[in-house]
Amino acid sequence: MTNRITPETTDAELVQRAKAGELDAFEMLTTRHEQRVYSLAMRMLRQEQDAEDVTQQTFLSALENLDGFRGEASFSTWLLRIASHAALKVIRKRKGLETVSLEAETEASEHSDSVPHPEFIADWRQSPEQLVQKREIQRLLDEALARLDEKHRLVFLLRDVEGLSIHETAEALDLSEANVKVRLLRARLQLREQLTQTLGDPATQLVRSHHHEH
Amino acid sequence: MKCEELLVMLNEYVDGTVDPAICDEFEKHLAGCNPCQVVVDNIRKTITLYKAGQPYELPIKFRERLHDALREKWKEKHPTPKDEK
Repeated sequence: MTNRITPETTDAELVQRAKAGELDAFEMLTTRHEQRVYSLAMRMLRQEQDAEDVTQQTFLSALENLDGFRGEASFSTWLLRIASHAALKVIRKRKGLETVSLEAETEASEHSDSVPHPEFIADWRQSPEQLVQKREIQRLLDEALARLDEKHRLVFLLRDVEGLSIHETAEALDLSEANVKVRLLRARLQLREQLTQTLGDPATQLVRSHHHEH
Repeated sequence: MKCEELLVMLNEYVDGTVDPAICDEFEKHLAGCNPCQVVVDNIRKTITLYKAGQPYELPIKFRERLHDALREKWKEKHPTPKDEK
């Protein structure tokens, strides 16, 4: 006797049922999370074909490896993990690089870079609620995101857009939490800088004194 | 607390995970430092804006292809005697 699958059926239950052979359960999981995975891929890759490939790869991979998924992380975190690695692979391929571990590549750069200093400081003219209504705002957001290094972009997308915790983000990307935090900080500051240049009111622009202290 | 020190702890403050004692220091600094106030405010708004952004819709044809591909793969993985299409 099986219950009908409803919107209330949890991911965990769907996973169990999919493992037991119910295709409908896996289809439901896909339907629930496909937009999220696709959005992540589009924001990372900015190209529809690549995003579609990554999305398809992600769900096929999840299907293939479902037996190995033990439910320690949530299913959606697991999907985002697969998608993240797939997206990074595409970017590396675009750059003509070999696949190296994220951690290894990071070591050199993270220690020497310091935290970016805010340069353009000004109040925004409008609230996020007002801004989000405007069509051109999405383009502005995407362009700012595209200018980030993909390592920083990915952490920002997982943590701030997808709402994963620092811990979950670290797990998804095989990074230390400290590393995630540094990348997140950089991403947030860089995005702030870029957005403020467009959205900040020049009339309220402030100049920071470098010897300012209390 | 100097502006530099605040900058390093910006994540924790914005996320509300900073140690209460340090939080006090933070607030004291912010109370008297307009640039830092604005930066913190900018960051909060930045995050809000991205969170509120529209997710990308899957192109309809792609969605169909995706689900077809999954069903195909599923059949390979779970062959049943009555599958005879």
